[in-house]
Amino acid sequence: MKRFIGFIKKEFYHIFRDKRSLFILFGMPIAQILLFGFAITNEINNVDIAILDHSKDATTEEIINKISASKYFTIKQIIVREADIEAAFKKGKIKAVLNFEKDFSKNLIKEKKATIQIITDATDPNTANSITNYINAILQNYQQSKNKGIQIDYQIVPQTRMVYNPELKGVFMFVPGVMTIILMLVSAMMTSISITREKELGTMEILLVSPLKPFQVIIGKVVPYIFLSVVNASVIVLLSIFIFKMPVVGSLFLLGAESVLFIITSLALGILISTIAETQQAAMMISLMGLMLPVILLSGFIFPVSSMPIPLQIISNIIPAKWFIIIIKGIMLKGVGVTYVWKETVILIGMTLFFIGLSVKKYKIRLE
Amino acid sequence: MKKENVIEANQLTKTFGDFTAVNAISFEVKKGEIFGFLGANGAGKTTAMKMLIGISKPSSGTAKVAGFDVYSQTESIKKNIGYMSQKFALYDDLTVKENITFFGGIYGLSRKKIKEKRTQLISELGLENISNKLVGSLPLGWKQKLSFSVSLLHEPKIVFLDEPTGGVDPITRRHFWEMIYKAAHQGTTIFVTTHYMDEAEYCDRVSIMVEGKIEALDTPKKLKEQFKVESMNDVFLKLARNIE
Repeated sequence: MKRFIGFIKKEFYHIFRDKRSLFILFGMPIAQILLFGFAITNEINNVDIAILDHSKDATTEEIINKISASKYFTIKQIIVREADIEAAFKKGKIKAVLNFEKDFSKNLIKEKKATIQIITDATDPNTANSITNYINAILQNYQQSKNKGIQIDYQIVPQTRMVYNPELKGVFMFVPGVMTIILMLVSAMMTSISITREKELGTMEILLVSPLKPFQVIIGKVVPYIFLSVVNASVIVLLSIFIFKMPVVGSLFLLGAESVLFIITSLALGILISTIAETQQAAMMISLMGLMLPVILLSGFIFPVSSMPIPLQIISNIIPAKWFIIIIKGIMLKGVGVTYVWKETVILIGMTLFFIGLSVKKYKIRLE
Repeated sequence: MKKENVIEANQLTKTFGDFTAVNAISFEVKKGEIFGFLGANGAGKTTAMKMLIGISKPSSGTAKVAGFDVYSQTESIKKNIGYMSQKFALYDDLTVKENITFFGGIYGLSRKKIKEKRTQLISELGLENISNKLVGSLPLGWKQKLSFSVSLLHEPKIVFLDEPTGGVDPITRRHFWEMIYKAAHQGTTIFVTTHYMDEAEYCDRVSIMVEGKIEALDTPKKLKEQFKVESMNDVFLKLARNIE
């Protein structure tokens, strides 16, 4: 045990004396969460739009007022002819045009159906998408207020319903993803680098010749990173609660336990990488290409898994991060308990055991 | 006076697939002896040594190190040997003191013992002024001496030195050999691989490995007589030519 403490102490010396790893360990999580929270966001604010109102009646006026009253949109221009729409877009300021059909109110009452055309500038598809969603939400809201107490239901827009994140706060969606990336980065990449560094320096050989058993060496290298990852996960959760006012509805204990599980999964991956890679650089490349890219692209962090082509959907199943994101989104945003995420948890445990088994096997082969 | 054997290898062999890296080598090393393990790069020195220090399992043959079997008692072997690799592997980002403490720690020395050894070692090497400096800032020669001293920290019966003088200047090499003599004088057995033939002259006995086999094994003096040459370098060249 005393040997072990000495080993861990030495590991912390390594971490705290290397400015680069210190930065990755503590700078990155904070920078990433702030970046995703403030800068890279799907939220829209004060988007300039234009109106082309062919009917100019009471209903359209109400709708227009409602839209301009929201903080999301500013009505910058009133267009009178269809031909001017393109010119408005080309100036670049206007991101969307609302085109009310002729006789809007009349149609709504007579035919129980009236149309608004929402034209968006899709050069930035994400923003265009968000604008459409926001306008739909406002229209929906308007309809509901109109329909109150009246049996007839007239339809303007298709049903869209935003649950669990009704304000469409981008940062809430990003927190689980960023947390996953950070834990993966710290646990898998940093451990694989620190183990391969010992190999590169030749100190690994010395350690293996010492009375320390190989698994003691590995555990000694890994324990400090478990500790640091837990600190990181807590920092991220605290930042999101206190800076972004994110409500963590589920059990914090369950969140912690699942995070530790995912940390162990990532560490197992890191150890596996270090049995393959001979140099720190190779370890870093494998971690970045083999872990980070799939996590960012395929885990459902940025692109929803359900809208991927089928082959990619299948591949996404073998990415541990996908399951972890499902779990923590569930706990953080929906407040679900273990009964809802046990399947994902079992999958993660299974993957962890598989990775540990594989690295033990690889490690033994190396020793012979 | 007959001294006990601390290393006994018998028909020790290591194969990797079709390739035989070490081919049935047999030899003994006596207590307190400086045993030179010579050979060109790729002759199988390092592989042979790795089997003896317990980090590589032999394919066949037997060997005992410090009285323990290399197949079944590697843990006991590890407690009784010191090892210094050709990279003088110390931690560059730890200070001299911290390195000594760490390596003492993993060999299970008590805190008091570590402190005592550390003070003694630092004063012997004359490192008092820089004991709190990072090892990375030391010149290579000092790292080498420190690395050797660290490998002796737990007072092992045998020290394995894998090309310990690579890249070091001649004067430092001389100093280093003085340290080796001192350790041997105190009863530590030294098992040293090298490809500097002048260093072979300093050894009590040398073995020369060529393509996985031990082709010659005796004192430097007898080897020179046997091959009728002036220096170990010539012994080595003659052996290598005969093989070709």
